Amino acid sequence: MNERPDAAAIDAPDSDEAGGEGGTFAHPLDRRLVLATQGGLPLVARPYHALAEQLGAPVEDVMARLAAMLERGVIRRIGAVPNHYAIGYTANGMSVWDVPDERIDELGARVGGLAFVTHCYHRPRKLPDWPYNLFAMVHGASREEVQAKVAEIAALLGPACRAHDVLFSTQILKKTGLRIGG
Amino acid sequence: MREAARIELDAVDRAIIDRLQGDFPICERPYLEAAEVLGIGEDELLARLRRLLDARVLTRFGPMFQIERMGGAFVLAAMRVPEADWERVLAVVNAFPEVAHNYRRTHELNMWFVLATETPGGIADTVARLEAASGLPVYPFPKLKEYFVEMKLEVRT
Repeated sequence: MNERPDAAAIDAPDSDEAGGEGGTFAHPLDRRLVLATQGGLPLVARPYHALAEQLGAPVEDVMARLAAMLERGVIRRIGAVPNHYAIGYTANGMSVWDVPDERIDELGARVGGLAFVTHCYHRPRKLPDWPYNLFAMVHGASREEVQAKVAEIAALLGPACRAHDVLFSTQILKKTGLRIGG
Repeated sequence: MREAARIELDAVDRAIIDRLQGDFPICERPYLEAAEVLGIGEDELLARLRRLLDARVLTRFGPMFQIERMGGAFVLAAMRVPEADWERVLAVVNAFPEVAHNYRRTHELNMWFVLATETPGGIADTVARLEAASGLPVYPFPKLKEYFVEMKLEVRT
């Protein structure tokens, strides 16, 4: 098994979270499959067979439940999760924007559609301290590159943007994998 | 966090990273299928994945879960921590097991972390306990809506 205790099993190494939408596992095998694969898929020729053997479940069920979770979006995707830093993205900026609430879905979809935006969320303002309601994570090889991309977002938003800022991360203070417990 | 080892990436490594970030098949021999698309052998793909994982170029290889769909909750939160009080507050915040990721950022709100709890109701409770333990306000920024992004970063090195 490819067990990596510090590997996050969810998307968005820098800004991920959810709005608290509750959910449950649709099938008794699902939670066990998550537990068995959140460290990674077995690196063997027949990984789903290996999982089936490990869980004592038929391989047809393992493959069907993984496909069902992929279909439902419980699994976003299956594949390689690169370490941003190791593949050259050493700068990350959380760009934040104050745009009119009545246009945020249209504008958020357009910002999210930009190739260099890896996460894009509507979040609440905290007035008076924090006027921003649109968050877009931008990765680049340098702060200058991130700033240039932020300028592209500003150009796309035009006058709809009333204020913006970009927060660079300067230090990782803690990074544990987001995992469900056994 | 362990740093990535500096290893040389050749064209095949780059192709693996760029093209295998999604759509890994669910079938009997998925590595074989993926390897054929890349024009390499199954054993070579497995060996290269192992090497990329060991070197921490890949943090993992497998399913990427959207854990909120399983009943947990994740909320981004921020604090304005005075520099003079930084070390004390950092120790307090990081001691919470609910704090999953924590980053220092360039802003008056200078500490940004992700809270992860088993249930949605756990977030408010954790925020209250963080405020009591640190003596500082905690600003939660729950996701109201997520806009679709194509999460694929090409190798830049």
